[in-house]
Amino acid sequence: MTDAAIESRGATFTGNRGLELEEPLLFEVGHPDKSGVDLAEPASFQSRLGGMERQSPIGLAGLSEPEAMRHYVRLSQKNYSIDSGLYPLGSCTMKHNPRLNEKMARLPGFADIHPLQPESTVQGALALMDLLSKWLIELTGTAAIALSPKAGAHGELCGMIAIKTAHAAHGRDRSVVLVPESAHGTNPATAALLGYDVRTIPARDDGRVSVSAVRNVLADDVVGLMLTNPNTCGLFEGEIVEIAEAIHEAGAYFYCDGANFNAIVGKARPGDLGIDAMHLNLHKTFSTPHGGGGPGSGPVVFSKALAPYAPLPRIVRDGDTYRLLETAASTGKEGAGEAFGRLTAFHGQMGMFVRAMSYMLSHGSDGLRQASEDAVLNANYVRASLKDLMSQPYGDQICMHEVLFDDQFLNDTGVTTLDFAKALIDEGYHPMTIYFPLVAHGAMLVEPTESESRASLDLFISTMRELCREALDGNQKKFQDAPVYTPRRRLDETQAARNPVLRWRDKTQAQAAE
Amino acid sequence: MRYLPHTEHDRRIMLDKIGVQSVDDLFATIPETVRMNDLADLPRHQGELEVERQLSSLAGQNVAAGSVPFFIGCGAYRHHVPSTVDHLIQRSEFLTSYTPYQPEISQGTLQCLFEFQTQVALLTGMDVANASMYDGSTACTEAILMAHRITKRDKAVISGGLHPHYRAVAETLSHFAESKLVTLPPDPDGQEDLTASIDNETSCVVVQFPNVYGAINDISDLAEAAHANGALLIAVVTEIISLGALRSPGELGADIVVCEGQSLGNGLNFGGPYVGLMSTRQKYVRQIPGRLCGETVDVDGRRGYVLTMSAREQHIRREKATSNICTNSGLCSLAFTIHLSLLGQAGLTRLAKLNHYRAVTLADRLSEIDGVELVTPSFFNEFTLRLPARAEQVVARLVVKNVLGGVPVSRLEPNFEEGENLLIVAATEVNSEDDCSAFADALAEVLQ
Repeated sequence: MTDAAIESRGATFTGNRGLELEEPLLFEVGHPDKSGVDLAEPASFQSRLGGMERQSPIGLAGLSEPEAMRHYVRLSQKNYSIDSGLYPLGSCTMKHNPRLNEKMARLPGFADIHPLQPESTVQGALALMDLLSKWLIELTGTAAIALSPKAGAHGELCGMIAIKTAHAAHGRDRSVVLVPESAHGTNPATAALLGYDVRTIPARDDGRVSVSAVRNVLADDVVGLMLTNPNTCGLFEGEIVEIAEAIHEAGAYFYCDGANFNAIVGKARPGDLGIDAMHLNLHKTFSTPHGGGGPGSGPVVFSKALAPYAPLPRIVRDGDTYRLLETAASTGKEGAGEAFGRLTAFHGQMGMFVRAMSYMLSHGSDGLRQASEDAVLNANYVRASLKDLMSQPYGDQICMHEVLFDDQFLNDTGVTTLDFAKALIDEGYHPMTIYFPLVAHGAMLVEPTESESRASLDLFISTMRELCREALDGNQKKFQDAPVYTPRRRLDETQAARNPVLRWRDKTQAQAAE
Repeated sequence: MRYLPHTEHDRRIMLDKIGVQSVDDLFATIPETVRMNDLADLPRHQGELEVERQLSSLAGQNVAAGSVPFFIGCGAYRHHVPSTVDHLIQRSEFLTSYTPYQPEISQGTLQCLFEFQTQVALLTGMDVANASMYDGSTACTEAILMAHRITKRDKAVISGGLHPHYRAVAETLSHFAESKLVTLPPDPDGQEDLTASIDNETSCVVVQFPNVYGAINDISDLAEAAHANGALLIAVVTEIISLGALRSPGELGADIVVCEGQSLGNGLNFGGPYVGLMSTRQKYVRQIPGRLCGETVDVDGRRGYVLTMSAREQHIRREKATSNICTNSGLCSLAFTIHLSLLGQAGLTRLAKLNHYRAVTLADRLSEIDGVELVTPSFFNEFTLRLPARAEQVVARLVVKNVLGGVPVSRLEPNFEEGENLLIVAATEVNSEDDCSAFADALAEVLQ
């Protein structure tokens, strides 16, 4: 149907538009007396809740099973996803999530075991964690691993605590963490959490950190360097080996943010580059699903220098038996070393370990390497196909798994990076990462991943080229109005932040709260 | 390789377009000395069948909780999750989307988060909740840091009834972030006097409800004592189902509530992924860590949802952020929300009653065994027994009889000598009468 035909029809009675269905909140469709779960009524008994019985209603709404199914299916249909289209969100690695991984993670022998079961009843689980550890250590060329961190940022915390412990063990009192200006926000936030001051390192004109820039800020108060490699501009840090040497000469440690490890699996090992600690985002490099924002999983690998300080719990092998070292009291026992403590209850994101292991076994060493090569090939193909129309902050050069553009090519068009991203939504794409890294003006960071076919990339490239032309032709309004073909159009974020409404209340409650 | 779409022909055409000879040219920025060509020590790619065979074999070496009478809790609980939940969370649009950075094409995830935040606020009796944390233990530590920011003090007082893993996580952070922690000794009998440890330097008091031994204590006096000293009360709930039967921590005076939400929607998974819940009073909302979803309108005036108040977060504030947290526990929070929507108030109340009933009848039955004594007079679905033998050995002997019969306190508190004979036992709706009989019979035999 033409736009004119849609216009002439006006709004529908229901607010629905064909397959695009409106859906109220759970609390507007459900009822406290309704339930989609049939449970037995217990025999009468004397409760023993110590006088703490709930007195007032909770106010939770319930749905019957068909209502719940429809409610959440309708909501799901308002989401973009990898399975529905190209999701080139730079720095996030939105690659295909194999369903074999889901099936394996749901085997009762993995999904239905308790973290505090006796060790003798979970030997297979410990063996899987040990196997995963071996693969990750081999792929990164490191000496030890902590599996427990719950996500990338949690892994950063783990790595930086190990570094703090190592300094303390050597009697060194240091206070400054070096962070390049292009770093993920989690890096300075993690350093600050540990009471460290952050010293920023500028990048060279080619978007990389030079060893001389590092040397300029190195002093005997420096704890270590936190560097992402390949960096957030999608570039490999070419002087990384020299940087690592300089850091080590100064008695400091090298933390590598491993968010972009997916570019170099099987091509280079971070341990060989001189890093001391690095987290691995299993949800990026090893395909565990992003799930609308988590759960993540961020195991940390360590160099020999930091290995003794890796946290609890740890897995040790006694002959044919695996054991878990769980508490500080078990330190001193063989294998526990000088563990710095515990970062989370239990042993980490087992469900993610199984998925990552399933992914690695499927790919094998040859497939993992090919995946990295294809990821880099795809990003460079996009770069080469758009470089004549779009601008790059550090000039045209070979990139790794993602390509960074800035908004210079939009100068004088009245179209912003945000407008450009929203127009891409109308074309059926999830936009690239925008306004990150902060070092590029109006950044657009495109990461196609290895999951995209050439045909898929060609259509994306043609779309991007068409949008570039329309922007340059002065079709400003189209961009500023975008998106128009979505369940909601641009949302008022200022109002949301100024006047936060963070939960539903029924009307009488809401008035009382005001 | 089945996950990689390119043919060699595709790769050739693409390399030509890029203007390089070979794919190695794309990696030329990696110093040659460290570039590698093979991962000789790792096996090559395999088909689904082979991978499934290998992983199933490892899974088969574990004793699945559902295959035996099973009574383990202590921060992770086995409940029945309706089939609908797993079906819905595996929908592509939920499973394979990311953080809703572009709200126009993420309203599904955002509305679910808004529902989640509302459910958590209602359950805990608080004004607002965030969009979830990694798990209960990390949420607990984040709550302590939040209390430090609010009170501008840096001393936390930790109850001896707090899950020892939670305490250990808090100890790690307090040690390395250089704040103070006063921890009371393990308290299975509920005798501790936390109020005596509160002074005008105390930022917060952390107490678990019901505590790790299963005991239920009225925490409202503690809230008053904390508030009288300008400190906050942080209530920790590791079994969220209990709030279907118990007064909410908010009602009892807590300022921040953190919970492990695993029991709703999420399986045991050997410890993760789980979902941490955090809620607080309206006045503290700007100090809450993690993601928040808020209601707003679009340019056409239609209601919609966005991530909001990101000025607190690391990607904007960097070293001045309230936390270094980036992700939430997205899919696990969705499972929580769907399960709780299916239960509703009526279902959750009945589920809680059923859990309590199971635990009461099991506790009575087990404490009839010679030499076995119930340590916790009031409890929800978990209680502590004093056995006439070392609990660790008893549990090991129960394994031989195919019963997974609780957690020995010594596993969590190896230095607590008086705890050697203590066993923490959980019972939920999944335990049948037969399971309970099998446990009682096996325990009686083992203790003979």
